Amino acid sequence: MKRPDTSGTSVILDGCAKTFDDGTRALEPIDLEIEAGETMVLLGPSGCGKTTTLRIIAGLESPDPGGRVLFGDDEVTPLPIERRNVGMVFQSYALFPNMNVEQNVAYGLKVRRLPRQQVEQRVGEMLEMMDIEALRHRQIDQLSGGQRQRVALARAIAIHPRVLLLDEPLTALDALLRERLRVDIDALLRRLGITAVYVTHDQAEAMALGDRIVVMSNGRVAQIGAPRNIYHSPANGFVADFIGTMNRLSGHARNGRLEVPGGVLPWSAERDGPVELLFRPESAQIVEPERAQLKGQVVTSFFLGDRCRLAVDGGGETHMIIETSGRHHYAPGDPIHLKLEEGEFLTLR
Amino acid sequence: MRRRTWTFYAQFAFTLLVCLFLLVPVVMSVLAGVTVNFLQGLGSGLTLQWVYEVWRLYSDTIFLSLLIAIACLATTIVIGVPAAYVLAKRGGPVARMIEETLTLPLAIPGLAIALALLITYGGIREFRASWVFILVGHVLYTLPFMIRAVMAVLSSINFRVLEEGAASLGAGFWQRFFGVIVPNCRSGILAGSLMVVTLSIGEFNITWMLHTPLTKTLPVGLADSYASMRLEIGSAYTLVFLVMILPLLVAMQVWAQPRKRRAAVAEPEADPAQSEGLTRYVAREVVRP
Ligand SMILES: Nc1ncnc2c1ncn2[C@@H]1O[C@H](COP(=O)(O)OP(=O)(O)OP(=O)(O)O)[C@@H](O)[C@H]1O
Ligand SMILES: [Mg+2]
Repeated sequence: MKRPDTSGTSVILDGCAKTFDDGTRALEPIDLEIEAGETMVLLGPSGCGKTTTLRIIAGLESPDPGGRVLFGDDEVTPLPIERRNVGMVFQSYALFPNMNVEQNVAYGLKVRRLPRQQVEQRVGEMLEMMDIEALRHRQIDQLSGGQRQRVALARAIAIHPRVLLLDEPLTALDALLRERLRVDIDALLRRLGITAVYVTHDQAEAMALGDRIVVMSNGRVAQIGAPRNIYHSPANGFVADFIGTMNRLSGHARNGRLEVPGGVLPWSAERDGPVELLFRPESAQIVEPERAQLKGQVVTSFFLGDRCRLAVDGGGETHMIIETSGRHHYAPGDPIHLKLEEGEFLTLR
Repeated sequence: MRRRTWTFYAQFAFTLLVCLFLLVPVVMSVLAGVTVNFLQGLGSGLTLQWVYEVWRLYSDTIFLSLLIAIACLATTIVIGVPAAYVLAKRGGPVARMIEETLTLPLAIPGLAIALALLITYGGIREFRASWVFILVGHVLYTLPFMIRAVMAVLSSINFRVLEEGAASLGAGFWQRFFGVIVPNCRSGILAGSLMVVTLSIGEFNITWMLHTPLTKTLPVGLADSYASMRLEIGSAYTLVFLVMILPLLVAMQVWAQPRKRRAAVAEPEADPAQSEGLTRYVAREVVRP
C-alpha cells in the first residue's frame, strides 16, 4: 500500500504561555519541538496543562501575546482551527449525532468541497483502514464506545491532517478495550507516519505509544525524552515518582558510605551530606544475608503469576516495593536481603 | 399482583370525577355545536348546519389565524434559534439576564403588552391596520418559548465540543451553524414550534386589543360569536377551533416524548439528559395558563 499520509509537519511551540480570562495561569511559557512524523505524548497529572497545550496547537486557544505556534515553516499563530488543517480526536468523541458513520467520516471532505467521487473513495479507504465498513450506515447512538473511537479516528485522518491531535482518546473505555485500541492506534500512527500529539495521564499508555514523552507538571515541562530515557533517568523527583514505581530512601553520605534506613551502600561521590536514594522495584536483587546491602522484613506479598511483588519494611518512611520471580514464596514477616548494583539506582541531593 | 385496597378505588373514583368535571363542559359545547336546537336537547336532532354557518361567517378569521401562526413560527425560528445559540454560547450573568428579560412578556398581562404597542406604534396607520401589528404581539409573547426549548436542547448536547469537532474538520462558522448546530437542535426547534403555533392560534388577550374589524383572528371571532350569535353557532365555532388545535397538542406530546433507543448501546452522557430536560421543560410550560 502506498503511504499517502506522510504529510506530517513539524510542530513548534515558541514561548507559549496561557492565562485564562479568569486569571488562571494554566501554562508557563513553554518551548516544544515536535518532529515531523513523530508521536509526542503529553503526560502529567490532572490540571497540569496538557489539554491547554494541545488546544493551543490545535488553534482552539490562542497563546498569551509573545507565544508562537509554527507548523513546519508556516506560522499559524493567528489562524483559527478550521484553517490549520489538523485532525482532532476528542475524549468525548464529538461525533455528530445527526449523521451516520459514513457521513461523519465524509464531513471534513465535504466541507472542503471535494468532488463526490473523491469523497466516496476516501471514506471507503478510511472505513476499511479502521475496520468499520460494516457500521457504515449506523447512527452514532448505535455504536459502542470503541466503535465510536474508531469513527472519530477515521474522521480525523480522512482529511490528511498536517498533525493529528488526540486528547485522552481512550480514557472513556474499559481496560481491555483500551489495551486493544492502544495497540491499534500505535500501529496506525506508525503506518501513517503522521505527526501526532497524544495527551494522556496514563503512564503505561505514554510509554507504549510515545516516540518521546513530555512530562508536565503545574503548567511546566518537567522533562522531555524517549520513554526509556525518562524511565531510567528521570530528571527530578517529580518525574521519578510519576513514571512507574520508584522506591525512595532518605540517607546520609559520610566517609565514602551511604547510610540509609535498613543498610549501607558504597558511595563514591566526594561530598558528604543528606542524599535521596531512588531505585525501581526490579533493580533490587534478593541475595544471601552475607552479601546484603539492605535488610528488611516482608510486609505483604502479591502473587502476580509471572512475578511476585513484595512490600518490604526497611525502616524507612514508606515501604519499599520489590519484585521477584514468582518461584520463591515469601510470607509476611520473613526477613529479606537486598543488593543494588552500581548504576541501578539514582540519587538526588 | 397486589390486591387493591379501598383507598385505590377511592382515589380512582376521585380522579374520574375530576376528569369528568373538566371534560363534560367540552363535550357539552361540542354537542351544542351539532344539535339542531340545544334548548330542546339532542332530541331535536344532529346537524352540520351550524358548522357550515360558522364557515360562511368566519372562515376569514380561521385563515388569518393560520397565516399569523405560520408567520409567527417563521419569525420565532429565524430570531429564536440564533438567539438561543448566542445565549447558550456566551453564558454568564448577562446572558441569563437577557433570557429573563425575554421571558417577561409571559408575566405581564397581554392587555398591558397590547396597550404598550398601541401607544408606541398605534400612530403608524398602515402598520396599525395590518395583521402584521398582531403578529408583532404574538412574536413578543411566543419567542421565549422557542428560545427556551432550543436552549434546553443546547445545554444537553455539549454543542461546544460538537462545534470544535466540526471546526477541526475545516468547517467555518456558517457551515458549523447550519450543518451541525441547527440539525442537532431539531427536537428543541420542533417542540418550540408546536408551542408557538398553538399559543399563537389560541392567543386572545393581546389580539383582542390589537385587532381591527378587518383583522379578526379565530379567538376574537369566537368572542364575537359568543356575544352576538346564537349559542349553537358559538359552539360550532368552538368545535372548529378544537379540530384545529387538538392535533397540534397531540403532536406536541408525541414529539416531546423521550426518543426511543434504537439500539441496546446507550449513549453515556448526552441522550437521556436531552430528552428528559425537554419533556420536563415542555410539561412545565404547557401547564402555564
Ligand atoms: N477555560 C478555562 N478557564 C479557566 N481555567 C481553565 C480553563 N481551562 C482550563 N483551565 C485551568 O487550566 C489548568 C490546566 O488545565 P488543562 O485542561 O490543560 O489540564 P489537563 O492537564 O488537561 O488536566 P486533565 O488531565 O484533568 O484533563 C487547570 O488548572 C484548569 O483548571
Ligand atoms: Mg485534559
